This record gives sequence, structure tokens and C-alpha cells, in this order.
Amino acid sequence: MSVAKDAALLVGAPRSNARGKLGRSTVDTGTGELVGQTRPLLAVENLTKHFALKGGLLNRTKAVVQAVDGVSFDVQTGETLGIVGESGCGKSTTARLLMHLIPPDIGSIVFDGLVVGAAEGGLSHRDLHRQMQMVFQESYASLNPRLPLAMSIAFGPLVHGLAKPAALKRAMKLLEAVGLDPMLFANRYPHELSGGQRQRINIARALALEPRIVILDEAVSALDKSVEAQVLNLLVDLKAQFDLTYVFISHDLNVVRYISDRVMVMYLGKVVEIGPVDHLYRDPQHPYTQALLSAMPSMDPRRRTLKSPLTGDPPNPISPPSGCRFRTRCPFAEAVCETASPALLAPPGEELRAVACHMRVPGSGHSRAATVVSA
Amino acid sequence: MADVAVLPADPASAFKRAQQGKSYWRRVWERLRDDKVTLAVIGVLVMLLVMVVFAPWFTVHDPYTGSVLRRLKPVGTPGHWLGTDEVGRDLWARMVFGGRLSLLAGVVPVFLALLIGGFLGVAAGYAGGLVNSAIMRLTDVLYAFPSILLAIAITGILGSGLQNTILALTISFIPPIIRISESLTTQVRHLDFVEAARASGAGPLTIMRYHILNNVLGPILVYAASLISICIILAAGLSFLGLGVTPPSAEWGLMLNNLRQALWVSPLVAALPGVMIFITSMCFNLMSDGLRQAMDVRL
Repeated sequence: MSVAKDAALLVGAPRSNARGKLGRSTVDTGTGELVGQTRPLLAVENLTKHFALKGGLLNRTKAVVQAVDGVSFDVQTGETLGIVGESGCGKSTTARLLMHLIPPDIGSIVFDGLVVGAAEGGLSHRDLHRQMQMVFQESYASLNPRLPLAMSIAFGPLVHGLAKPAALKRAMKLLEAVGLDPMLFANRYPHELSGGQRQRINIARALALEPRIVILDEAVSALDKSVEAQVLNLLVDLKAQFDLTYVFISHDLNVVRYISDRVMVMYLGKVVEIGPVDHLYRDPQHPYTQALLSAMPSMDPRRRTLKSPLTGDPPNPISPPSGCRFRTRCPFAEAVCETASPALLAPPGEELRAVACHMRVPGSGHSRAATVVSA
Repeated sequence: MADVAVLPADPASAFKRAQQGKSYWRRVWERLRDDKVTLAVIGVLVMLLVMVVFAPWFTVHDPYTGSVLRRLKPVGTPGHWLGTDEVGRDLWARMVFGGRLSLLAGVVPVFLALLIGGFLGVAAGYAGGLVNSAIMRLTDVLYAFPSILLAIAITGILGSGLQNTILALTISFIPPIIRISESLTTQVRHLDFVEAARASGAGPLTIMRYHILNNVLGPILVYAASLISICIILAAGLSFLGLGVTPPSAEWGLMLNNLRQALWVSPLVAALPGVMIFITSMCFNLMSDGLRQAMDVRL
């Protein structure tokens, strides 16, 4: 963040093009209330998961890792929500909570208007799995080394009661859809494939249940750049072909920018900023987002990063800092940041976005918040 | 899994597929085919098995009738090419018939322990939590005793005899098999493909069948095959100590014990049962090594 831009931001300089390609169908993620007209495909409310670290003689809880702490967001039908953050910020835990691979402590997930796991009138976890699937990061570990690839893909439909010939036929079609010749690959085993091919198999497997939303947890992070680009393009094609909605988790800001419609930034288990990708990348409002983006290497040597972005590691999620979790590394931290945890609110004049920073809340007690108000 | 080939039935693609898709066991066999040592060892074991099963065809002498006139004849005596033992019984006949009990006492306990221990271990590994703790702590109790000591204690209590030997050896081999299968299952259970299977809505039994067992059974079997050699030695050891089968039964360990006194008179004859134990256990060991290599899909 250059000083000049910073100043412009603080006095509230007019930002042209503030409303980008997205229509107004987003929600105020701070309160979870619908602002737009359409019902979100996925609405996550106050999702929380604390892992107890047990140990000692009586297996008592020694410490609690606050992996995901009160995360709320929505995903609209047909969009791609990117989730970025440093490792250990709770991205993957969020994905596993969404898939109900681990049960959340508190919080609700509403899929297409149905509360997931609710006793009556809700969506059972089994039904959720038909609608929502996941692609894992490690392409090798996520395929059974002893199953032929077609069986790995057909497994989901088989479990859900499709007859074996029909399930295998679907697997063959999906192999073709992900760009692998079914005749060559159906009977092969995972170790015979390259990383990119395996990840294509994983994508095919995720699509086998014909889900409406696919969670991609670092799905391209382990691939070479050239293969990564191919798989990303494949994902874009498949999205159009099968009318999919993506939740795209990555630590790679360029990739997230390429594929996402909206981006959510997480830090230590909390959402710090969420907004349309253009807005967020052009004008990041949370100091953490600013630091993240300035850490992104520039392709232009004349615009090389001169200022060092963030230093140090994120604090331990076992005992996160009080108040704002980013305050220990934030250049603008003040007393108020220590006492109060900032809510995720839309900054003045920008309904599409939400930021969890005292500097963006007029009257929060932060000295810079006052500047914004006066301007 | 073999019936993946259900898609379009045009000959060209079927041909292509036949070239590409080889089943897992076919690959194992192809790798085994190139491993001459393992093949030779398996050959020896097969020969041994044939010899033991059809023992009467391999010898003209009765293994139980001796004669004081021909006690402790040396190797190479006409009519008794491996000599005779301390009561004048033909040693070759006793070796051939003795293999029956020795192999029985070597294979059956491992097989039984594989069934019981494999089930408990996989269950413990897959269930985790309390079930795991319960099974594994009980295993630790048994583990505290060395297997030979445990076997001696059990046969000491129950008395000697083939049945009790098998029972004692089974009990002493259950803990290591539980250990191995539990740790293998625990490793596999936490891999992403099991998570993915859960994410596709599969229940525990389905996951166990399609995703856990086929990754776990191979290594457990290989480990069990390596236990056979130890088991043969232990069974022989129990007989040697007088806790296994009783005279006049022909059993390699017991023969070794009885011929011990003749070690100075006729050393070659006295050592022969030991040589058989050595060859057999060695072959089982080499076979399990070869199988482990052949069954590793990643090689």
C-alpha cells in the first residue's frame, strides 16, 4: 500500500467503477440479512469450530484451537466465491465444516433455503452430499490406490443407489468431460497418472453426484503452473457446462482473482473482508487484505514491491489476540483494537462489501475512523 | 472391480482397454514372475506341501516302527539314505511325516490369529476412540509377554498336545497382528480418499469394504506370512521343551530334541530336523518379502 493511495483511501476519495460486474444480489454478511432479491444457494451463519487439544493423564482439554470462529457468508447461485488467507487461517476447516466432514460447534448452514441437518423440514447430510461436493488438495491421497479410476468416480453414484452399469457409464462420460479419454483411463490406477490428470479425476469424482455446488479446497495449488492453468480453464468450462457454483479456496491470490466473482479473506479463523473481486483487489479496505495484496509479486519489474508487506507469523490460534485478531501485526492498531472485536460490516457507501475493521466504522473510537467520517 | 468394462462394445476400444487395463492381481503376478528368488522359494514350499500331504508315497518305511538292530545309522546307509534315529526309525520317513505336524502347527495358529487379530485390529483402527483404546490396551497386556513365554505359559497350564500348542500359538500371535492391522487401518482411515468417500455420503461399512480393506489386507497378509516362519520355530521349540506334541509323534522340533542325545554319535542325522525347520521358515520369510514387493502398487 503506497502512502499516497492510503491517504486517498482515508479521505474517501471518489473511486470510479466502484460497482463492478456483479449485480446487486449480495447480502450484508455482517448481519446475515438479505439485502438483494435472490435467495443465496448457500448461507452460512456464525459457523464455529474449536478443536480441543487433549492431553495429560486424564485426557483433559489442555487448550482450544479456535480454527473457525463465527464465520458467516453467502454464496449466490452460479457465482464463484474465493476464500483466501494464510495457511492455518481456517480455510480448509471451513470447507470441511461445509461438507459436514467435521461437525460444527455452533452455526448453521442453509442450502437453498433448507437448514442442513435440521430435524424437520431440513436437508439431511446425505442429501447435502448429493448437492455439494469437494475436491481435495492432494490429488494422490484423495484417490484410493487400489480402485480403478472409473470405480473411484462411480463410487458416489453407487452409494446413492445407482446401478453399477449406469454408474460406470456416468463415470465414462465424466472422464470425457474432464478431458481424459475414458478408454485409456477408466481401468487405470492413480499411481499411473500425473498430478494434473489425477486432479482431473478428482474433479470428475466430485461431479459424479451431479452436485450444484463444488468446494475446491486448494484444488490447483499442488500443480505446476502450466497444468494449473489447464485445470483452472477446465473448472471454468465445467462450471458453465454443468451450471455449477464454486467455493474456491486457495492461498494463491492470482488464481483467486482469475476465477472468483467474490472474494472472502480470512485471518485466524475469522472473516476480515469480503467483496466483489474487482473492488477487493483494486481497493482493499482491511489492512490485512492490503498487506496480502501488496505481497503479491508483480509481473512488471518497474512496479516491484519495495515495501516489505507483513512480517512474522500469524499468532497462535490457541490463544488469539484479544479484540481484533490482526492487531498484533497491524500497522494501524490502536487501543480500541485491543478491547473490541470489529464486526463484519459494509463500509460507508459500499453495500456489496463487508470489512471487519474499526477504521471503517465511524465512531468506533479508532483515530482513523474519525477521518473517514469527517471526509 | 473387474467388471468395469461395460461401456461401448466396439472391438477397437475393447482391444485398447485390454492393453491398458490390467487388474491389480494381474500386475502382482507380472511382477512376481520376474522375481526368480521368490518363485524358487514358492516352488520349494509347494514341493514341501506336496511331500507332506502325500507322505506315504514318498517313503517305503513306517515312521513309527524302529528296530534296535539299526539304531543311529549314519546318512547314506543303504535302505535308509538319511540314516535312522535313536530307536532305529527311518529318518527320511520321520522327516516326511513330521512335516505334517510341523507345518500344521506353523500355519494353523497364524491363520487363526490372522482371522481374529485382523478383525479386531481393523475394527479398532476404523472405529477409533473408546473401541480402539479398549482393544489396544488389552493387546498391550498380552504384548507384555514375549510370545514364546506366553506360549510356554499357556501350554504349561493346558498341558501338552497338538491342540494346546495350536491354541497357545494362536493366542501369542494375535497381539502382533492386531498391532499391524490397527496401525495400517488408522493410516488409511485418515487419507483424503476416505474423507472423499464420506463426502459422497457412504456409510462406514461401505467405506470399509471399498476403501479400507483393499488397502489393508495385502500388507496384513504379507506380515502374517512372515509370522509362519516364527510360528514353525516356536512350535518346534515347544515340542523341544516337551510342551508340544508328545513322543512317539513325528514332529521336527520333537525329533531335534530326541536326537539331541545322539549329537556326538551321529551329528549329521541329529542336525537334519533342524535343517528342515531352517529351510521351511527361511522359505516362508523370503516368500513374504517377495510378496510385499510384488504387492506394492507404487513400485
